[in-house]
Amino acid sequence: MTDISYQDKPIEGEASLGDYFALMKPRVMQLVVFTALVGLLAAPVAVNPVIAFASILFVAIGAGASGALNMWWDADIDGVMKRTAKRPIPAGKVTPDEAKTIGFALSGLSVMMLALSANLLAAALLAFTIFFYVVIYSMWLKRSTPQNIVIGGAAGAFPPVIGWVIATGSMSVEAWLMFALIFMWTPPHFWALALFMKSDYDDAGVPMLTVTHGRKSTRMHILVYTILLVALAVGTAFTAIGGPVYLTAAVILNALFLKGAYDIWRRDEAQAEADEYKVEKSFFRLSLWYLFLHFGAILIEAILPAAWGVWT
Amino acid sequence: MSLRAEHELHRRRKGRNVGVGLMLGAFVVLVLALTVAKVTSGDFELPRIEEGQ
Repeated sequence: MTDISYQDKPIEGEASLGDYFALMKPRVMQLVVFTALVGLLAAPVAVNPVIAFASILFVAIGAGASGALNMWWDADIDGVMKRTAKRPIPAGKVTPDEAKTIGFALSGLSVMMLALSANLLAAALLAFTIFFYVVIYSMWLKRSTPQNIVIGGAAGAFPPVIGWVIATGSMSVEAWLMFALIFMWTPPHFWALALFMKSDYDDAGVPMLTVTHGRKSTRMHILVYTILLVALAVGTAFTAIGGPVYLTAAVILNALFLKGAYDIWRRDEAQAEADEYKVEKSFFRLSLWYLFLHFGAILIEAILPAAWGVWT
Repeated sequence: MSLRAEHELHRRRKGRNVGVGLMLGAFVVLVLALTVAKVTSGDFELPRIEEGQ
């Protein structure tokens, strides 16, 4: 008797469920879920909790699908860069075709289900976000211009707008302010990363600002974008989604962020190499907290009046 | 004695199949919950027909 399914050697390439999950960029999904949820809760319309949960889940699936399609398209350069060499495709766990199939299938499913659970405008925005991230950013901008991160950042900025549209069915200034916050935050965040992941983008031939304009110019760009971001972030405190809690958080965070950007601008490569990019790394870590706490403050401003009503 | 050896590969496949099964089950439950939420929240109310029409 023979068993044709039996094999002597393990198939190294056969993926586990976790490998497919890794394909969906779970850390990016966390940010998408959080900002979309803040957009949904900051909107002045209450949403049924089941509809809200399902809609945010479909946005997360859409984000994961675009992550899978990005990994399919970028498999060649992911294998060259240290930061991405362990992703499922370059690691040989998932084939590019599998990633492509999963990406397309989940994109279709998420957009269709969001149209059913929320509304057509939210679904159209999700479809556009996937298209923007995969086609405009991954396929076109990433390998052709040093402005890749600047324009491509729009893809990551759409989730709070989608959240807002899920609740209201329309767009408004507040939703676009949240969009602008992420859009302006993305370049300094990624340029700081490019500064200390020294040779990665160089090796892969990705025209990051550090490669095309040099590191001194990148430091200057970080400072200029941070100044614009600070004006926007603090100014948001005086709009409908802002308030005293947001203003306090924004003043502290933006002072720290501006100080970090100034320190990066002041340094040269010799100083940075001497302390192994300590300032750049701490600016990058701060940037993660920066975005999380700004949206956390918007969330508090949104739920505080309701919670206050319950307590009194 | 069974001739079929349980291999690490089989465990990985089983984990994947169970995972996909659970996700499909959760999707069915989610669609049901969405349907109930939509129907009870008034989204699907039929337009009232005036008497005599």
